[in-house]
Amino acid sequence: MNPKAIVCKDLTKKFGDFKAVDHISFDVEQGEIFGFLGANGAGKTTAMRMLCGLSFPSSGSATVAGFDVFRQQEKIKASIGYMSQKFSLYENLTVSENIQFYGGVYGLSRSEIKQRGEEMVSTLGLKNEAKKLVGELPLGWKQKLAFSVAIFHRPKIVFLDEPTGGVDPITRRQFWDLIYEAASTGITVFVTTHYMDEAEYCKRISVMVDGRVEALDTPANLKKEYNTHSMDEVFYQLARRAQRTAD
Amino acid sequence: MAAVTLKNISKTYDKGKVKAVNDISFEVEQGELFGLIGPDGAGKTSIFRILTTVLLADKGEATVGGLDVVKEYRAIRNKVGYMPGRFSLYQDLTVVENLEFFATIFKTTIRENYDLIKDIYEQIEPFKNRPAGKLSGGMKQKLALCCALIHKPEVLFLDEPTTGVDVVSRKEFWEMLKRLKKQGISMLVSTPYMDEASLCDRIALIQNGSIMSLDTPQKIIDGFPTQLYAAKSKDMYRLLKDFRSDPAVETCYAFGEWLHLTTRDDKNGNGVIDRLATQYQAEDFESMMIKPSIEDSFIRLMQEKQKTETIEQ
Amino acid sequence: MKYFINWHVAPKEPQINMKQLFAFIRKEFYHVFRDKRTLLILFGLPVVQIVLFGFALSSEVKNIGISIFDNAHDNNSEQIINRIKTSSYFLLKDPVISYNEIEERFKEGSIKCAVIFPANFSNDLSHFGKAEIQIITDGSDPNTATILVNYLSAIISSYQSQLKPAQGISYQIIPQVRQLYNVEQNGSLNFIPGVIALIFMIVSTALTSVSIVKEKELGTMEILLVSPLKPIMVLIAKAVPYLVLSIINFIIILALSVYLLDVHIKGSLALIFFESIIFIITCLSLGLLISNVTNNQQTAMLISMMGMMLPTILFTGFMFPIENMPVIFQIISHIIPSSYYYIIIKAVMLKGLGFSYVWKETLILTGMAVFLLTIALKNFKIRLT
Repeated sequence: MNPKAIVCKDLTKKFGDFKAVDHISFDVEQGEIFGFLGANGAGKTTAMRMLCGLSFPSSGSATVAGFDVFRQQEKIKASIGYMSQKFSLYENLTVSENIQFYGGVYGLSRSEIKQRGEEMVSTLGLKNEAKKLVGELPLGWKQKLAFSVAIFHRPKIVFLDEPTGGVDPITRRQFWDLIYEAASTGITVFVTTHYMDEAEYCKRISVMVDGRVEALDTPANLKKEYNTHSMDEVFYQLARRAQRTAD
Repeated sequence: MAAVTLKNISKTYDKGKVKAVNDISFEVEQGELFGLIGPDGAGKTSIFRILTTVLLADKGEATVGGLDVVKEYRAIRNKVGYMPGRFSLYQDLTVVENLEFFATIFKTTIRENYDLIKDIYEQIEPFKNRPAGKLSGGMKQKLALCCALIHKPEVLFLDEPTTGVDVVSRKEFWEMLKRLKKQGISMLVSTPYMDEASLCDRIALIQNGSIMSLDTPQKIIDGFPTQLYAAKSKDMYRLLKDFRSDPAVETCYAFGEWLHLTTRDDKNGNGVIDRLATQYQAEDFESMMIKPSIEDSFIRLMQEKQKTETIEQ
Repeated sequence: MKYFINWHVAPKEPQINMKQLFAFIRKEFYHVFRDKRTLLILFGLPVVQIVLFGFALSSEVKNIGISIFDNAHDNNSEQIINRIKTSSYFLLKDPVISYNEIEERFKEGSIKCAVIFPANFSNDLSHFGKAEIQIITDGSDPNTATILVNYLSAIISSYQSQLKPAQGISYQIIPQVRQLYNVEQNGSLNFIPGVIALIFMIVSTALTSVSIVKEKELGTMEILLVSPLKPIMVLIAKAVPYLVLSIINFIIILALSVYLLDVHIKGSLALIFFESIIFIITCLSLGLLISNVTNNQQTAMLISMMGMMLPTILFTGFMFPIENMPVIFQIISHIIPSSYYYIIIKAVMLKGLGFSYVWKETLILTGMAVFLLTIALKNFKIRLT
């Protein structure tokens, strides 16, 4: 059995002549927190969609949780969790209703849903808000709740697409506490972010530029390689080289 | 005369259930680059809308360019430039068509104030016949800025102009703002990015509808009440948990490569930290004293606010 | 081998499907019951439809205005007139004393049918065993006309069968039917004015309102507000393209009617255009008004369709005769602009009448246009809410 959480080799996605993702190759270990960075338009979202089983690659190969992205997309979807800044939970359903829904979709039993749901709600401190509509919660709580729901079914890998955008600095860090907790139970975390300090919390990061992976290493090694003390600078130097200016 | 003044402005939504803006007062001086720093939901957009006269405050008064936002709104609308939160230009019109449209409704032409937008426009000029919807995030922001400047406004309101835009474009955008400052335009900018705060003349840190602190970035940093330390070790997460659990540590937060912490015993901070490192067997441990950043100040102020709020409850 | 390696890791397939299904269905119920708009359509629409189609609308014809030109003034004509009077199909108006008067009343629209008894009616019957009755109907409403003729023929023949034959010869009363305004018997005449009104409603009202609300939704309205633009300029700029489009549409419909459907336009084209423009402005004002009450494109479209188009179709009078409806619906018919436009267009386009016959309706229509436009302007939101 393949011990790596994600393996991809020469993964490519073309839209006509345009190579959105151009022969990317990397792997992610089980239980690793992996940062997937890149400027807007670099191809991050397209790559993530392929790995989540949401779109067919044009060429190359990849496995996610041991399943092939071409032929086993349904199995991939059942083994992963997903959360993005744009959508996480249904705003006009309550906290409990959202938990019940996602639990049901991922095939958890009633007792599992009840037990884990109560655990989650009390860990997040949302006991008094369980019957409130998600739309009425402050942004920070929504994001933390969304992450917890994304890993509710104990997936092998969770994909996070800019999960901390616009959130206050304390909540941001609490969010990363949750990510650390999840990683310590063996869940692989694949996260994209625009905050360069968050890049430091990752074990390894990759930076996509113009559809290709231009850097892949630990934050410490990258800073040495680019001769700088901050990930900000590393990213800036890489992103500046980009030819692509359109989304 | 201050460019912008607010006195006791309050605004609630949803029949009083949501307190978006809570008794806010401040002023922006002529020719100042003023930053409103805070996360989503802090009240930034509501404040902008009140100042640009498209929203009525529940309480309080405000002026822009000396004119009252309620009684003299028409005059204000003639002389301010506004870039609202989302990209709000016409997606199916080209770059040039958008510019010409806004120039015309502001009763001017592109040529008249071209020198003002020249630096910015030159960067998007190669795409001038492209529909605005097909531009990248960074290009869209530059176009929106041009449209807001086209009539040489007295005051420029930019609501989160760099949100969702890549790092390189963000840097470029702030360079452009600095150049505009030299032209004497007063600017009120909001952003959730703490690192951009240092680029402003003065900033207000805003959270949950209230201003926690208002001053120059330097003075806010100087106002940090205790000494701040940075620490790191091989296993950062463990270090974080260990330090947090120790009563000698007052606050401890992750800041990228380092942890930022403050100790209860302020006078002997270094000693305390060294002791903790040994106690928790931190591998490859390093620590040093550091100057706080705006984000450190923001977190500190948030905590103090939460403390007073819990006491009040 | 690879197949079996993944076997144990595969998630439990059959159980997921039922649970997934239930979870999803339950979620959908939540969404439905929490969305007021959906609920309105779900429950409101059937109720409205039953009420309308059950009570108000029927293509049955009743209470149609009819006048008698009785030259005979004898027992037979009186009997027949009585039967007409007591029939629920007809509303007997004052008798007429000349052909001109008949024509006038047709032009006014107060009657849709006239019955003329010749002076020798009874004479002809008793001496020749047969007599003629002339029936004139309003051809601009061909469906109603046909039905009316059938009713009258039925009344006449039932009277005829009651007459006692003098020498074993049965009596024959023969109706001579003449249709005014539609000699060609063109069946499509009825709905063309209605279709025109409908197109204006769709283009001018719905699209105008959606266009303004779209700016609000996209956020561009915010920038327009914070500019020297006066609100009236925004409204005019939004309305003008749809004004032009509606006129082009109108020309196309007219051309198609004339060349494809063989409709003869009897009245003055200039008058038709003039009246149409007033109606278009009314529709545009309605669109502007609707855009003031909502910030949501879907809602704007819904209000325009349900709130405007449906009453237009039902209460203008081109699908279902208004005379038939309960009083409340007749009142609605008198409030909506399209009824007046329909009357005007029928009069000018199909009956060839001049301004003197439609000045009243024109005045009302113009009044509505001005009124709606003023309210739309006053209500235009100069701020976000």
